Amino acid sequence: MIVKDIIDILDGEIICEGDLNQEIKTACGSDMMSDVLAFVKDQSVLLTGLMNPQVVRTAEMMDMACIVFVRGKMPDQSIIDLAESRDITLIKTRYRMFTACGKLYAGGLSGGTAV
Amino acid sequence: MSSIHLHYDVSGEDFTRAGEASGSVKKRLKALGYNTDAIRRVAIAMYEAEINMVIHADGGFVDVDVYPDHVDILLSDHGPGIPDVEKAMTEGFSTAPDNVRSLGFGAGMGLPNIKKYTDEMRIETKIGVGTDLYLTVRVNQ
Repeated sequence: MIVKDIIDILDGEIICEGDLNQEIKTACGSDMMSDVLAFVKDQSVLLTGLMNPQVVRTAEMMDMACIVFVRGKMPDQSIIDLAESRDITLIKTRYRMFTACGKLYAGGLSGGTAV
Repeated sequence: MSSIHLHYDVSGEDFTRAGEASGSVKKRLKALGYNTDAIRRVAIAMYEAEINMVIHADGGFVDVDVYPDHVDILLSDHGPGIPDVEKAMTEGFSTAPDNVRSLGFGAGMGLPNIKKYTDEMRIETKIGVGTDLYLTVRVNQ
């Protein structure tokens, strides 16, 4: 799957465009950034409902290519600017966390860990 | 062994800027050609520590020494100190206030995460004086 496929599956809207052809193998959904940082395993998409620049910084530290904001939330300009400077794609989707994760899982993405 | 020395001041006033130093180190290591795994471990450990520094200690400074086979990081603050280090190392234990939790941190994973991603970790802390956190990440070529 590539970033473009995620946009299609989640009927998403691009807020900040990075590399849309970047290959995506695994994903992680959480509003707790500490948990995201704890259970990394080459996860390249972060789904979250959290809205602050630390979401982008967390993705940056984890080498994630794409952040999906669920529940139709729109990040503010400081978040967008940071993502742009880090070449990270931001997408928003109207789906809630559970549904968005389910759609991507059904589409072939895994969590990248055994449990 | 020759090393590259990097120094950063971490502001305790602006949570949104926490992580700037870690991002900068990450970029620098990448430019120097270190492997992805080592860079990520340095970045995550330092980022968690930087967040801790902003949440608990009103900022401080970070000294990073980059060697060919390892990276040494010292994070130093003049915060309140850690009363019970063993407890602070327990997954899920957190003293972070609710407003920090609403920002996505304070899950009690900071120090355990730092330990997980580093090869050596040492905490020197004194109540009312501050905390020095020494980290080493070895680089497997």
